[in-house]
Amino acid sequence: MSLSAQVRLRLGELDLGVDLDVDEQAPVAIVGPNGAGKTTFLRALAGLVPLDAGRVSVGGTVVEDPAGQIRLAPEERGLGVVFQEPRLFDHLSALENVAFGLRARGVSRNEARARAEAWLERVGLPQVARMRPRQLSGGQAQRVALARALVTEPAVLLLDEPLAAVDMSARAELRHLLRQELKRYPGVRIVVTHDPVEAAALAERLVVIEEGRVTQDGLLVEVTAHPRSRWVADMVGLNLWEGTASGTSVRVGADATVVTADPLEGSVFVSFRPNAVTLHRRRPEGSARNVWCLQVQELNPTGDRARLRLGGPVTLVAEVTAGAVSELSLADGGTVWASVKATDLVAYPV
Amino acid sequence: MRSRPTTVLLAALAASSLALAGCGSSSPTASSTTSTTAGSSPSTAAPITGSLDVFAAASLTGAFNSAKTTLARANPGLNLTYNFAGSNTLVTQIQQGAPADVFASADTKNMDKLVAAGLVDTPVTFARNKLEIAVAPGNPKHITGLADLAKPGVTVVLEAPGVPAGDYARAVLASQHITVRPKSLETDVKSALVKVTSGEADATVVYVTDVAAAGSAVTGVAVPDSLQPTITYPIAVVKATKNHAAAQAFVDSAVSGAVQKALEAAGFLPPQ
Amino acid sequence: MAFAAGAVVMIVLPLIGLLQRVSWSTLLSDLSAHDAFVALRLSLEVSLGALAIALVFGLPLAWILARHRFPGRALLRGLVTLPMVLPPVVGGIALLYAFGRRGLAGQVIYDLTGWRFVFNTSGAMLAAAFVSMPFLIVTAEASFRSMDRRGEEAAATLGASPAYRFRRVTLPAVAPALAAGAALSWARALGEFGATITFAGNLPGSTQTTPLLIYLDIESGHEATALALSLVLLLVSLGVLVGLRDRWLGNP
Repeated sequence: MSLSAQVRLRLGELDLGVDLDVDEQAPVAIVGPNGAGKTTFLRALAGLVPLDAGRVSVGGTVVEDPAGQIRLAPEERGLGVVFQEPRLFDHLSALENVAFGLRARGVSRNEARARAEAWLERVGLPQVARMRPRQLSGGQAQRVALARALVTEPAVLLLDEPLAAVDMSARAELRHLLRQELKRYPGVRIVVTHDPVEAAALAERLVVIEEGRVTQDGLLVEVTAHPRSRWVADMVGLNLWEGTASGTSVRVGADATVVTADPLEGSVFVSFRPNAVTLHRRRPEGSARNVWCLQVQELNPTGDRARLRLGGPVTLVAEVTAGAVSELSLADGGTVWASVKATDLVAYPV
Repeated sequence: MRSRPTTVLLAALAASSLALAGCGSSSPTASSTTSTTAGSSPSTAAPITGSLDVFAAASLTGAFNSAKTTLARANPGLNLTYNFAGSNTLVTQIQQGAPADVFASADTKNMDKLVAAGLVDTPVTFARNKLEIAVAPGNPKHITGLADLAKPGVTVVLEAPGVPAGDYARAVLASQHITVRPKSLETDVKSALVKVTSGEADATVVYVTDVAAAGSAVTGVAVPDSLQPTITYPIAVVKATKNHAAAQAFVDSAVSGAVQKALEAAGFLPPQ
Repeated sequence: MAFAAGAVVMIVLPLIGLLQRVSWSTLLSDLSAHDAFVALRLSLEVSLGALAIALVFGLPLAWILARHRFPGRALLRGLVTLPMVLPPVVGGIALLYAFGRRGLAGQVIYDLTGWRFVFNTSGAMLAAAFVSMPFLIVTAEASFRSMDRRGEEAAATLGASPAYRFRRVTLPAVAPALAAGAALSWARALGEFGATITFAGNLPGSTQTTPLLIYLDIESGHEATALALSLVLLLVSLGVLVGLRDRWLGNP
């Protein structure tokens, strides 16, 4: 089984054009800023939003193709969806909620109950079987919703921000459960999230959607190490510059050139970790060649560390110890010397 | 009781018109009016003035309204208004103090209630009516008399008990030992006629005046005179009237004046 | 506040006026008159029949009006509420033209089957349904339209067909509003007078519902029976509207 989608649709401000092929090898996380079209893409796969053009096929069967006048209803696509909010049926007990999909497919009452019970147990909630959704906590309700989607054993499992509406306190536990279930689930698994921690925990492949387009698609380690957009760099907490390379020298601004370890030619991205930045009271002596005098634009202490946004010939985020902040008597509006070793700069072609 | 805000003014008006009616001459408007159509009796020759509320049975609607034009022409100072409803409703209204000057009833039973309560002057009969069978135009079921109403296959509606036309019809049928099973007991003659004109019922029993008013929508089949009940319409001045002269003039006109002419034109029989 | 009190006075005072004229000592004997009992039983039958008609035909229409876009929808939406503003007597005449023995549809039905609505309990039900169905349609349409659709989406992704979704998800979700609409519609059918008398006729046991008997009792001077019957109608409707409406709508 695999999923192949070329989704073209307009919905309000959104102009969505996303191509994606997903197999059963590993869970895929779709990330991107708010309003980028992640959820709409997922809803289009599920048949809840019609395509303007393109095609969606599941396991070789075309489920939607506007040009070919094909459009299967959501219930005919054999997929499971976990929504951001649990969307449990208020008038049914937790057990009946889980059994719903089986009953809808004509499974006998007894068998549906038995399988639903097994799934409630598997998500750790055998005791809530007879309870109504209103009596469940947010985390419990989302577990029931997960069991309800999984019990029908769909070929494709879609999760739309499954943790976003859950309390902070219940989130870690639920994330752990999701990670476990997604890992062992044998179908196509796609989870939409805006949270990099969640993406890292749940998926091995990362697809970035920005403004309705895929901007990056690759293994988690690959994408997080080599961000190709400001949003991705922010998400993974890296500094990112775009520039023109000539050997180990990269021009990243009108008055700024940096030196990297590996030689490249042409348009490149340069990224580095904020904690690779060293700050000095005076211009440092020695080997570091990437040195600038910058102004402190923003100072954010976080525990024993502090993040600083610095501006000048280049713009970057630096992370230093709280001790360094007081030692250098750093404050908003002050100036400081910043240096980065060439070996800490990662350059890669655009 | 009466609740008009302008009681005093109207009382004065009534008093003056009473005086005029009593004199029977020298009214300022009399000289400008040459009409004698208001009535043949000398007592009604003088114009009627002031405002006059006549409470009349619904079956009198057509006749009374056509008389209004004539009355208005002969009596420029008259402000005549009608209140048409079922006789029983009108009795209730007058008992509750509605501002009526004249009450014209479709039956003596309802008039007697007001007489017994001392609310009206002595009533006089101003019209009579006859029963008639109303059937679909052209009489497709070939109904020739009351006996045909009992035939199987003939759908008959009558008026409900308490509705005078229905009570009269039941009495006549009973006297002839004719057993009719009506499909419906209508609330009034008009809705009984609708059942015939719409084709739902084949026949009903109403007044000759109703058949006349319905025109070509129904055909009338006569009920022999020997079987006709006494159907009389009494009229009386309401004692609480503030315009007794005008009220009495209207009663007189109903007995033998312009209103009587309109009644005859509508098919009512004269009082005799 | 003062205006709200005005509304209460306008509605409640006439009812109090009615109550103070009821002859309590003879209430039971007034009601035990044969016609009164027959009329009350027929009213129950006719109002429930009208409710059944409204549910069977009105619900699908409410669904279509709420969930489907088609040309003329706004017009249709207005049309179905017309019986609410049409004088019931006119409604009765209109029903005669449509379902009478010579009516547009009535003639076809009569010629084919010999069935007639007029002078028949089914006619009284039809007349009551005609005037009361809009109350159900309007309420049901509003609830179908305003309900949270996310449950239906979830059900669809779980493999539930449209019919299964409607039965297991949509109906339970709108049940409280639907029940309130049904109660309102039923109460309107119970009090129906004008269309019934014009269309169905008036015969004890087949078309003479309680409001018709009340009218005739008043017209023929049997005020005590009329008031006693009115009291029963009022109490029954009040019981249903207060009890059920509060349970369904008052306690979310």
